Amino acid sequence: MLLDIAANSISSLKEPWWKFIYDFSVLTEAIDKSLKGSMSPFWVTVTEMVIIGIVFLLFYAVIGLFLVYAERKVCAFIQNRLGPNRIGPYGIFQTIADLVKLLFKELIPIKNADNFLFNLAPYIVIIVNFMTIAAIPFGAGMLAIDFNIGIFYIMAVSSMSVVGVLLAGWSSNSKYSLIGAMRSGAQIVSYELSVGLALVTIVILAGSMQLSVIVESQRDGWFIFKGHISAVIAFVIYLIAGTAETNRGPFDLAEAESELTAGYHTEYSGIRFAFFYLAEYINMFVIASIAATLFLGGWMPFHVGNWEGFNRIMDFIPPIVWYFGKTFFVIWIMMLYKWTFPRLRIDQLLTLEWKYLLPINLVNVLIMALLVLMGWHF
Amino acid sequence: MNKVELVEFVKSIDKDLEIKEGKQYTEVTVPSSKLYSLAKQLREREEGKFDFLFCLSGVDYGQDLGVVYHLRSTIYNHVIVLKTRTSDREHPQLDSVADIWMTADFHEREVYDLLGIKFTNHPDLRRLFLDNSWGFPLRKDYVDDINIVTK
Amino acid sequence: MEEQVKNPIVDEQEEYFINMGPQHPSTHGVLRLVVSLKGEIVKNVEPHIGYIHRGIEKMCESITYPQIIHLTDRMDYLSAHMNNEVVCLAVEKALEVEIPDRIKVIRTIMSELSRIQSHQLFWASYGMDMGGQTCFFYGLRDREMILDIFEETTGGRMIVSYNCPGGLMYDIHPNFQKRVKDFIKYFRKVLPEYDAILTGNVIFRERSLGIGTLSLEDAISFGVTGPSGRASGFSCDVRKHEPYSAYDRVKFNEVLYTEGDTYHRYLARVEEMRESMNIIDQLIDNIPEGPYAVKMKPVIKVPEGEYFQRVETARGELGMFLISDGNKNPYRVKFRSPNFSNLGVLNQITKDFKIADLVAIAGSLDFVIPDIDR
Repeated sequence: MLLDIAANSISSLKEPWWKFIYDFSVLTEAIDKSLKGSMSPFWVTVTEMVIIGIVFLLFYAVIGLFLVYAERKVCAFIQNRLGPNRIGPYGIFQTIADLVKLLFKELIPIKNADNFLFNLAPYIVIIVNFMTIAAIPFGAGMLAIDFNIGIFYIMAVSSMSVVGVLLAGWSSNSKYSLIGAMRSGAQIVSYELSVGLALVTIVILAGSMQLSVIVESQRDGWFIFKGHISAVIAFVIYLIAGTAETNRGPFDLAEAESELTAGYHTEYSGIRFAFFYLAEYINMFVIASIAATLFLGGWMPFHVGNWEGFNRIMDFIPPIVWYFGKTFFVIWIMMLYKWTFPRLRIDQLLTLEWKYLLPINLVNVLIMALLVLMGWHF
Repeated sequence: MNKVELVEFVKSIDKDLEIKEGKQYTEVTVPSSKLYSLAKQLREREEGKFDFLFCLSGVDYGQDLGVVYHLRSTIYNHVIVLKTRTSDREHPQLDSVADIWMTADFHEREVYDLLGIKFTNHPDLRRLFLDNSWGFPLRKDYVDDINIVTK
Repeated sequence: MEEQVKNPIVDEQEEYFINMGPQHPSTHGVLRLVVSLKGEIVKNVEPHIGYIHRGIEKMCESITYPQIIHLTDRMDYLSAHMNNEVVCLAVEKALEVEIPDRIKVIRTIMSELSRIQSHQLFWASYGMDMGGQTCFFYGLRDREMILDIFEETTGGRMIVSYNCPGGLMYDIHPNFQKRVKDFIKYFRKVLPEYDAILTGNVIFRERSLGIGTLSLEDAISFGVTGPSGRASGFSCDVRKHEPYSAYDRVKFNEVLYTEGDTYHRYLARVEEMRESMNIIDQLIDNIPEGPYAVKMKPVIKVPEGEYFQRVETARGELGMFLISDGNKNPYRVKFRSPNFSNLGVLNQITKDFKIADLVAIAGSLDFVIPDIDR
């Protein structure tokens, strides 16, 4: 029966089959129609959800593996050395080797720790990341949920990651972990504000919170060019606040190895540590992809106003390549300044947010509102 | 001050002290009861101003236990050496100079740890490197069959 | 054992203590710091040492003078050459042996190279402690060049054992002059890079300006010498006050600042690297000809008496107090180590700063723990 479904969906494509690369909704609609032809609507929904869930799980795992490897290579090149180059050609299987090692490690139970919360914490961070990825468009028509309050949903859901961090620190029953978790909690909650305000700036420019509409409206130019001054300021603030959200870069004192030996995830071992580690990289991917979607145009190719010929050439590159290119560019920038700067102390970090970033953000929102009202954007 | 003036100055504080010219520096041997007052005078008097205690060593002289203080003045750049002894090997006691020169805090703890000399008025006299299961290793009559190899 | 750990908590309700234990990425060796904290503020820091106490002073009482050299190498292993030098100078002064110029000049050049490599390691690990892990690799990459020079001439990279009473163990390698000159030329170009990464970086300055200030009176009273003391204004450079080896014929500046905070302790060391390169520049081209060792008796017996010799290591003033009774083994040897005195000041200057500052301050005082414990 599966072969029938496959044959039906391929034959129901209206255009030559490779057009789905440029407009993914062609493929999804085809699968949807062929499923509806053979099952009741309830089971169609369930099947689609299962398929999407599996696809996202695979995607999550592959992106995680790739990012860990990329980080190690980028870090090595900055530090004038080579990085992993033994396992597989150019060391590409290094992460898989690390994963296998972590799977075999002993899960050390902690005395006097709250076992339920201790086990729950890694899963919370991962689930939160899943929920955030679900709303981001990877290509034309390639997104799981298309809320009309997309940005609001993303901000709300990504705020829940702080719960996982605090649970991890508290339930470990260790002074070091608790200090790390408290610091991290304060940091994440503070920088939520800056992230939110920077995103609101773009919502003002776009006029809608729905992510697919935002990407569509960047068809004649990305927002970072359209909303010149204000959008550039918002982009810079978003990058700073975004790295602080993910406990990365100069803001990583929650897991500062040279001070508190790994902070809130000190007591985790084996596969649970792997979850935290993976969750950090996927979190970075999520922040970078939101930046790419809102400021750099998401999957929209680089169009310049009325240059028809140029635009058609740019259109030739599939949207998914554009999307991943932009996201990895932002990730590369984040990795560069993680490995260059020393880290900030907790009070300097919070001073940066509350005394500098927040006022600049508020003023920026006003400027953007002014730009939109007066029509001074491109 | 040159060496002659230094000797005059020390004699002016207390004329009964035994002063000798060593190969490098002027050496003053002082009984343990007069050590603290002499040290304080050397630190505070205008002609002396010995504010840098650059070496505090405990020595086991065979019969006696003693401490050697090397003092320098950063203003006048002269050096004086104070030596004091105590002949009580069971419970040796000396005055602490930790409130005159703060560096003496750790140095006196080290002397207590390795030689056993207790310093009165020390803010926190505890062993520094070793724990109580060791005796006082730097003494000449220290015997340890396990850790010391004698030919 | 009850005597050992005094309860460091003063106020039971508000304070708690954590243990930056003997194995810790930031304490540069086996140093245990019991820190009592009130929230994030440090109230009391108590160092517990002795994890690497080897009884060097006791061992020296049963070995001969040339054998002491190999023990002193391992005290402050980053200034190993200068540790050897203090023993040799003390013995040579006691025996009143005249040392030819060639030996003096080579000893000075090797001392200055040791100083540069020690400060390079300080820079590398200080950057890493603050979080900029890339600094570690840059610092060590350049330090490798000096270690290669050492290895070619003496056979050892860090533990050199090159001095002996009476001169040097072997003559310098024919490549020595050329390699040192190449290194100086390369490092002068690279040192501005170090400044660009750390010294001018705003995050670094935030974390070190005004942190852990040590006043001049405290520096003298605690006996803090070396770059840590000179950053507070304490002019204590032995090379200037009591020149030994070839220091009386070279011109260099003593690096003094008055602020005494972490940033200036760091800056003093970076400036000292430049001064060391100037010293080497003045000496490397004219190494006088002559013997590389003076003939000494096979068994060295120092005449009876007490001798004190000081040298300037990378961390401060190393003193050797030697009491001899005429035999071939010394009666008592006491090493006045700079790190031991520098450690006493840690509690004083960390009061009321945060725990992240404790790491910065301990890094800027630049401890090498085997020197504390001997």
